[in-house]
Amino acid sequence: MDPGVVDLSRLQFALTALYHFLFVPLTLGLSFMLVIMEAVYVMTDRPIWRVITRFWSKLFAINFVLGVATGLTMEFQFGTNWSYFSHYVGDIFGAPLAIEGLMAFFLEATFVGLMFFGWNKMSKLAHLGVTFMVALGTNLSALWILVANGWMQNPAGATFNPETMRMEISDFGTVLFNPIAQAKFVHTVSAGYVCAAVFVLGISALYLLRGKYVGVAKRSMAVAAAFGLASSLSVVVLGDESGYALTDNQKMKLAAIEAAWHTAPAPAGITLIGIPDVAARTTRYAVEVPWVLGLIATRSLDTEVTGMSELVLKAQERITSGVVAYDAVQKLKTDPTNVRERARFELHKRDLGYALLLKAHVADPRLASPKLIAVTAWDVVPNVPLMFWSFRAMAFIGFYMIALFATAFVLASLRRHDSTRWFLRIALYSIPLPWIAIELGWMLAEIGRQPWAIEGVLPTFLATSTLSVAALWTTIIGFTVLYGALAVIEVRLMIAAIRKGPFEHVDDPVPDQSDTVVVPILPVAA
Amino acid sequence: MFDYETLRVIWWALLGVLLIGFAVTDGFDLGVASLLPFVARNDAERRMVINSVGPTWEGNQVWFITGGGAIFAAWPFVYAVSFSGFYLAMFLLLAALILRPVGFKYRSKRPDAAWRSRWDWALFVGGFVPALVFGVAVGNVLLGAPFRLDSDLRSFYEGGLLGLFTPFALLCGLLSVAMLALHGATWLTFKVERGGPVHRRARSFGAVAAILTLLLFAGGGLYVAFGDIGYHMQSVADPLGQSNPLRTTTQHLAGAWISNYALHPWMLIAPVLGIGGAVLAFVGITVGAEKSSFGGSALAITGIIATVGLSMFPYILPSSIDAHSSLTVWNASSTPATLGLMLFVTAILLPIVLLYTSWAFKVMWGRVTTADVATNPDFY
Repeated sequence: MDPGVVDLSRLQFALTALYHFLFVPLTLGLSFMLVIMEAVYVMTDRPIWRVITRFWSKLFAINFVLGVATGLTMEFQFGTNWSYFSHYVGDIFGAPLAIEGLMAFFLEATFVGLMFFGWNKMSKLAHLGVTFMVALGTNLSALWILVANGWMQNPAGATFNPETMRMEISDFGTVLFNPIAQAKFVHTVSAGYVCAAVFVLGISALYLLRGKYVGVAKRSMAVAAAFGLASSLSVVVLGDESGYALTDNQKMKLAAIEAAWHTAPAPAGITLIGIPDVAARTTRYAVEVPWVLGLIATRSLDTEVTGMSELVLKAQERITSGVVAYDAVQKLKTDPTNVRERARFELHKRDLGYALLLKAHVADPRLASPKLIAVTAWDVVPNVPLMFWSFRAMAFIGFYMIALFATAFVLASLRRHDSTRWFLRIALYSIPLPWIAIELGWMLAEIGRQPWAIEGVLPTFLATSTLSVAALWTTIIGFTVLYGALAVIEVRLMIAAIRKGPFEHVDDPVPDQSDTVVVPILPVAA
Repeated sequence: MFDYETLRVIWWALLGVLLIGFAVTDGFDLGVASLLPFVARNDAERRMVINSVGPTWEGNQVWFITGGGAIFAAWPFVYAVSFSGFYLAMFLLLAALILRPVGFKYRSKRPDAAWRSRWDWALFVGGFVPALVFGVAVGNVLLGAPFRLDSDLRSFYEGGLLGLFTPFALLCGLLSVAMLALHGATWLTFKVERGGPVHRRARSFGAVAAILTLLLFAGGGLYVAFGDIGYHMQSVADPLGQSNPLRTTTQHLAGAWISNYALHPWMLIAPVLGIGGAVLAFVGITVGAEKSSFGGSALAITGIIATVGLSMFPYILPSSIDAHSSLTVWNASSTPATLGLMLFVTAILLPIVLLYTSWAFKVMWGRVTTADVATNPDFY
């Protein structure tokens, strides 16, 4: 493949996915926070909670729409830009995407219309049910897309079929109950909940700092503090690490994050900080805490954490074995009934993908010299400094979030969350942090998987469509301009809506500045 | 439970169901958006039109997204070849569709006229461009697309964006616009103020669109019957065989797209439905039978899309430069395991979707008036 096409296709996917994922986490979390707020309204019947729910659902709407709009691109981008990927794994990868549509998108999109338009068309309880369906739909969609993504990280339950030149499903249960997918789902939705909690916390803090809409702000903040504390603990504790021992690539990811160039004796220490030197394949000025990594990654004191050099040696063996499988596939193409070749293929098929790595250097992998194989084996190492630093930044933000919400929770329990000004300022300025952590997390997962599109099966550079560089630039520029304009508009509308505050409509009760005044519902203007 | 052949036919039919589902539901949203600047002249009228689809368009659009996912799952070759081949057309389509949700949601956020007028035109683009591109794409599917597969089954596409806009494909594009505009107009006749100016204009536009739909459908049919279009399978396909397109031999043959009707006369139901539906819609609009006219346009859409599918069967996407790379029902599907599993999932989920979608439509039933728009704070 033309390297320009590969790089541009990756750039476009990264741009559109990172952009899409600016909106999705807030949708995931805020939808459930709306359920909580509206449930309080239904249970207490206090109109202030209706105001609170409607205010946050207005901000939810501004955000939600861009999540939906940019999600359209994602659904079709596998076909437009990753055509060979789509052919190669469509038999497995397509199913979770289709189920996502049937089970999740229909649910959220159908009920979101009722959520916005149905306030006066159904009972309070029915509307709460509608809001819950929206939250359920958005979270189910995260489940299915992460089942798909988890399979890219751990492609179990499928085998290559030389007759059709693609991966085909052998066990859907394995795909569905893939431990990496499960871990990713919990980690991702929890991160979304944190994101929404920080959003609500920060904006409420802004109101409290300015002494506006105090009744709405302090109640919202209490919800955010509790929801955020639970979620931030869940993000870190039920983090992504549970799958790191599962596949060679996951081991490689862990080694790259730790910049562990060599296998260390068990239990391995964790490198808190240091400067990874790629050329010398060593980490300088490393500060290590003994035992911790071994405990986290292997849950034991006597299992080794494999280093990158050792994993590369393993990759070298797998490439050599894969070339046999590749040779057999070429012969089976013209002679599908050849029993001998079929047997050779069956013996080496799990390494077929490794032979494809050679295509980056030589057109026919069978012509590769042992020296070239040894060099190619190093291709399985992802970008170590990037992995090392983005993990540390993400993890730091994760721990910071726990501290932030623990403080918020304590202050809210003491009923001092509306008056502690230093905390309100910190809460306000913390708003961007979860987004940064989430985008870094996506980069860790996807860049950490390189050079693979499908771990051990299909290298990224073979997965693209056969497009021209000009066509790719056209769409990259097109999406950038369109998305850029929409981002500017979105942020402006968001700020305008926050400025306007919760008491915009005629049927909203008057601003409630003190806790004690119970506000009567005004009749809905006809 | 089912053999591979049956599963493939079922999934071919389900592909049709999803496309028709999309065109019948989101089709009127696209049609309404294409008509928006013309049927509604001032802000109150435009808000009435927008809010007639406001609560439900989002769910309708999911037919499109799910259609994409279902093609990926059941027809991975079709997903891989068509979307990468029609690359810039897909970009045009997606960019236009991205404008639509944003237009709906953001238009009412600010009162100034210039802001709102810009979003009105964005909504127009978000309705008209997809309607056109869908039709042009279908036209090119009928004509065959310039792709070939190598022995790794990697697809190479040898054409550009402008190459898609041939006269026949444009005719199909205009048919699609006319058909969806008709659908949008019939929707408006029972969703906006009865007897008001928007209602009156929707009726006029709808009547014209019905006539255009009939003419363009007939014109397309004549070209398919007598023009240089169609593909014919030379080898006998094995409906139970593994999915490898290179094992079928195909030739380009004028008139091949009507041969199915001679073999299976029952298939004529589809074009008859297309014509009958459009006539019913026209009569309904003219005499003011609003629900019949909406039903008529829904039948027309169903008939027209089914006509395309049945005429081409078993082809799904023929190749114009390397006929042997053509994708058919028998060589482009997923494995029986995936088709079976997806059928099971669909059989459970689709009825549930239909159930709550109908409930959503029921809750939002009734006309939207300019008075509602002025007072309801939830409206766009």
